[in-house]
Amino acid sequence: MSVQTWTYILVGLTFALYIGIAIWSRAGSTKDFYVAGGGVSPLANGMATAADWMSAASFISMAGIISFAGYDGSVYLMGWTGGYVLLALLLAPYLRKFGKFTVPDFIGDRYYSKTARIVAVICALIVSFTYVAGQMRGVGVVFSRFLQVDINTGVIIGMIIVLFYAVLGGMKGITYTQVAQYCVLIFAFMVPAIFISIQMTGNPIPQLGMGSTLNDGSGTFLLDKLDGLSTELGFNEYTDGSKSVTDIFAITLALMVGTAGLPHVIVRFFTVKKVKDARKSAGLALLLIAILYTTAPAVSVFAKTNLINTVSNEEYSNMPVWFKNWEETGLLSFDDKNEDGKIQYVAEKSKNELTIDNDIMVLANPEIADLPAWVIALVAAGGLAAALSTAAGLLLVISASVSHDLVKKVFKPNISDKAELWVARGSATIAVIIAGYFGINPPGFVAAVVALAFGLAAASFFPAIVLGIFYKKMNKEGAIGGMVVGILLMLFYMTKFKFGWFGGGTSNDWWFGISPEGFGSIAMIANFIVAISILQFTPEPPEDVQEIVENIRIPSGAGEATGH
Amino acid sequence: MSEKQKKATAYWKENVRYLFILLSIWFTVSFGAGILFKEALDTIKIGGFKLGFWFAQQGSIYIFVILIFVYVRLMNKLDKKYGYND
Repeated sequence: MSVQTWTYILVGLTFALYIGIAIWSRAGSTKDFYVAGGGVSPLANGMATAADWMSAASFISMAGIISFAGYDGSVYLMGWTGGYVLLALLLAPYLRKFGKFTVPDFIGDRYYSKTARIVAVICALIVSFTYVAGQMRGVGVVFSRFLQVDINTGVIIGMIIVLFYAVLGGMKGITYTQVAQYCVLIFAFMVPAIFISIQMTGNPIPQLGMGSTLNDGSGTFLLDKLDGLSTELGFNEYTDGSKSVTDIFAITLALMVGTAGLPHVIVRFFTVKKVKDARKSAGLALLLIAILYTTAPAVSVFAKTNLINTVSNEEYSNMPVWFKNWEETGLLSFDDKNEDGKIQYVAEKSKNELTIDNDIMVLANPEIADLPAWVIALVAAGGLAAALSTAAGLLLVISASVSHDLVKKVFKPNISDKAELWVARGSATIAVIIAGYFGINPPGFVAAVVALAFGLAAASFFPAIVLGIFYKKMNKEGAIGGMVVGILLMLFYMTKFKFGWFGGGTSNDWWFGISPEGFGSIAMIANFIVAISILQFTPEPPEDVQEIVENIRIPSGAGEATGH
Repeated sequence: MSEKQKKATAYWKENVRYLFILLSIWFTVSFGAGILFKEALDTIKIGGFKLGFWFAQQGSIYIFVILIFVYVRLMNKLDKKYGYND
């Protein structure tokens, strides 16, 4: 059977599965809709968190980015996993004990203020929308390459599927579809990785294969070979980066703290029964994520080595079929500058003839390694699972922010549960449409902005939540001031250096030599400083709020999550 | 301070001590071994891996997972000790 037939079968089957689960787990109340009824087991929640977390960026783009960045790509590996340690140790157990539906719920109650709640809602919306647009785009890319439909049709199909199960099932539907999506995506990621690892090194475990010797009898270590190939072509050594230590440090920190502060990840821990379960499920989530995250750098090494071996200094006319397929999508292009009919892939820009998009490395990897058609189709289904699961989680945060935090808590406190459920569904629908619009008409900066969503989360939520738990005397004036300064500073820096607003600037003008991706760390520190400074001049929080803080520090007696 | 409050304060102190120790390890393996001391560690090679590079792309992640499970165990014990397990 051809790749295309396989793809239709696998994508069709997985979509049917997601829809089936959605119908089976319809939400009957707002509690079902926001926190899946509050009775999800730690393992199911761990799997759902892992799928929620691993987006199109993790599945499709990350290994490719690392392929081209080498050691510099480590910022994503450490940043996107290390954040779970912060989440498990500093946030998840206490937020679960607190027992509400959303992150703005916590901020609003802990800081006894409607203003704080509204600021938190705005931050949640900014973070989630920047993130969701990238997911829809990922769906479109997979559809266009593997099913030969136009990217826009792909985005619309993706929208309909997400709409169906997010709107119908809310958190309950999303949780159980994410469990299924985790299984699909991890299987789809591991199968080609294991195949290629055996092919190149003879070792079936990619994590070990990456550090093994090549299968060709030369006895050379794979990484040494790749370091050699890279320097030969004028690139940096693969295991050595080109970014400064300061910037690597700042980006890693921003991604870690941002991960811990992302509302769609935090809310997942509101769905388990007890504080104990919240801790355990954070551990399970990271374990399940680590399977992909430790395999990805191995895939990067295999793919890069394979790519160089296949194309470097070879005749263009001898290129395999995948090369032409990807040329058609525009993600790969060859420009024969010296007209010798051969492909020169080198570091020097004026002589380099091959332009490759990061995203190809994972998607084309099975084709480059000549794996069977069903494996290639599996990767397409996995990429879709990763993009859809994350999009659904984000849409839920957006809809809950509107229906629960704005409508119920600010504008119409006496709204009935049923009416609130309909408002939640309505806002989820609108959010899907807006996300789809950005997927179809991507503002040029989508890809750039997704990485910055972490900076925004780091600069706004993380300090407010951590201070709220660990600093009993923290008051509303400090927390609000900190969040506002943090997020504005981050927005200023990213628009200045990414879109050229406020006079723009180049990397020479970066503050402390830190890139916009890493600036979340600085904005976070600013948030802490502002919050604690304001605290010195403003009154202490009331007694009952201080009691809430003492109460959330003790794990026993975590009632069910309530919104009232 | 009431008996109940004393217990809560003692529990919180032990909890914060655990956090401090675990987060020090978290910092050491990622920001330490994977970034600040990467160059120095790279002179050591294990199999095909330079050690600093291995910490940055593999080792730190394994240790993160272990850290959370150690934390879960420690806290479950602590909850029992103070009677907060329900």
